[in-house]
Amino acid sequence: MAGEKPRPGGMPHEIQAAWLLLLPGLAAISILFLVPIGAAFLLSLTDFDIYTLGDFANMRFIGLKNYGALLRDPLLWKAMRNTALFLFVGGPLTLGVALAAALLLNSRVARWKGLFRTIFFAPYVTTLVAVAVVFRYLYHPRFGLIGQALGWFGIAPIDWLGDPRWAMPAIILLAVWKNFGYATILLVAGLQSIPESLYEAARIDGAGSAQLFRKITMPLLAPTFLFLGVITTIGYFQFFAEPYVMTDGGKPLNATLSVGLLMYKNGFRWWSMGYAASIAFVLFIVVLALTAVQFWIQKRGEA
Amino acid sequence: MRRARGTLLVHAALVVGAVLALTPLVWMISASLMRPGEASSFPPPFLPSRPTLGNYVDLFTRLSLGRAAANSVLIAVMATLGVLLLNSMAGYAFAKLRFPGRDRVFALLLAALVIPAPVAMLPLFLMLRSAGLVNTYVGAAMPALAGIIGVFLIRQFARSIPDDLLDAARLEGAGEFRIYWTIVLPLLRPVLATLGIVTFLATWNDFVWPLVILTDESRYTLPVALAGLIGEHSGDLELMMAGSVLTVLPVLLLFLLLQRYYIEGITLGSVKE
Repeated sequence: MAGEKPRPGGMPHEIQAAWLLLLPGLAAISILFLVPIGAAFLLSLTDFDIYTLGDFANMRFIGLKNYGALLRDPLLWKAMRNTALFLFVGGPLTLGVALAAALLLNSRVARWKGLFRTIFFAPYVTTLVAVAVVFRYLYHPRFGLIGQALGWFGIAPIDWLGDPRWAMPAIILLAVWKNFGYATILLVAGLQSIPESLYEAARIDGAGSAQLFRKITMPLLAPTFLFLGVITTIGYFQFFAEPYVMTDGGKPLNATLSVGLLMYKNGFRWWSMGYAASIAFVLFIVVLALTAVQFWIQKRGEA
Repeated sequence: MRRARGTLLVHAALVVGAVLALTPLVWMISASLMRPGEASSFPPPFLPSRPTLGNYVDLFTRLSLGRAAANSVLIAVMATLGVLLLNSMAGYAFAKLRFPGRDRVFALLLAALVIPAPVAMLPLFLMLRSAGLVNTYVGAAMPALAGIIGVFLIRQFARSIPDDLLDAARLEGAGEFRIYWTIVLPLLRPVLATLGIVTFLATWNDFVWPLVILTDESRYTLPVALAGLIGEHSGDLELMMAGSVLTVLPVLLLFLLLQRYYIEGITLGSVKE
């Protein structure tokens, strides 16, 4: 604050007004978000179950027992594997498609850019549950449009959502379709912020277009990619509605069970809320670690 | 010649992308207009032979999706108005008022952005249950009020308000709340439109929280009602598609109408400090 000019109206008056304006918002964020986060950790140290729901006196602290049980639960590892697959395959695929779309939209020869941008973005604003219902039918082995289209190329029908090997790829494809438009918008904005003079200077030095892309475009898009990487990690790690709607909660053989779904089932279907809270915290820690790694990679790239 | 071929290739790729992006939505609308069973005849038709609105009539008469649509509107409007008020107050204070701890509190809020929302869900449910807010519209709309990204958006925008304007009002004896209400809020109109549409769409599309907090079918929002329908009616493809259209079309139209604000908000929200 040092060095700023004093303003009429008086500082104490301004401070008071500021806190009063902040009070409702900060109270909402604290009560509805920050306090529950702390409470979730405490909850994960208890044996809160359906009996506790009736009478809170039935709750006991059991230390880290939930975490011990969780790490020995094969369902957790199954859910982790599926969630990791969704993130590490679906994430790069989404961003890759988005980068291709952004480069096309940013091409100097492209026309009707606004129209194409709107069309690419449309899937992103749709309701996930509704389009998951739509894709459930698109994937139908006999009547589904996707099987039909693949049939033109001589590919035999696949029971996408009924086959444990294909159910995750099918769900990932839906996520790519739905989300790439969002990343496209941000990447186009990133591309437009790169000054044309940089490219011209490099061209004069004899750089080819592949080199321009590698040496100018990609490095200058790094901040955008960091933001998208973090957003995608947080979002994709919570995937839930897709298996809930498309595979009736993780079928076949839990091949599409996600960490979010496992938490929901334990917490709100079986009311094992202590155990569910430990799942929530494991999810939290993994997301935090993945976010930290991305910031670290970005930092190292700059150095 | 080479240039012409390049132009052609770029447009061919753009058109392929556009077709892939739109086909599921077009098919959804088309199948919703087919007669029961028509979409699962073989080979499956892409367009209805004789379009009918029968499925939509069913949604509103036989099933209670009309009620769910009204619930969705009510909850999304409540959440949006609440977020606009709370975030504009806080965002303006962070941008334009000087108080000790300002930057530290704001940095703390930004750090909280990386916490996945579902972590808060279990205790939040128990808290609202003790407060008697399970199965209420207020309970369904409430978590939206804890949104942080809106505070950030408003702050970014409010920083461009000239200090001289506010100081002039102060010199004339206007109180801080009058300044916020009569000078700042009108200037914030574009970013309020952005935040409004972003919040409305997010609340409308949300699934997990309304699924958890709304226990009675008459209170369900559209996504929850739709997810419930697929259990009993998964064989009624055309009916399910009509339900999907009813859920998706309002937000899609809203987006098309206000897309300038929406896309601005998305790019503004990603600007780093």
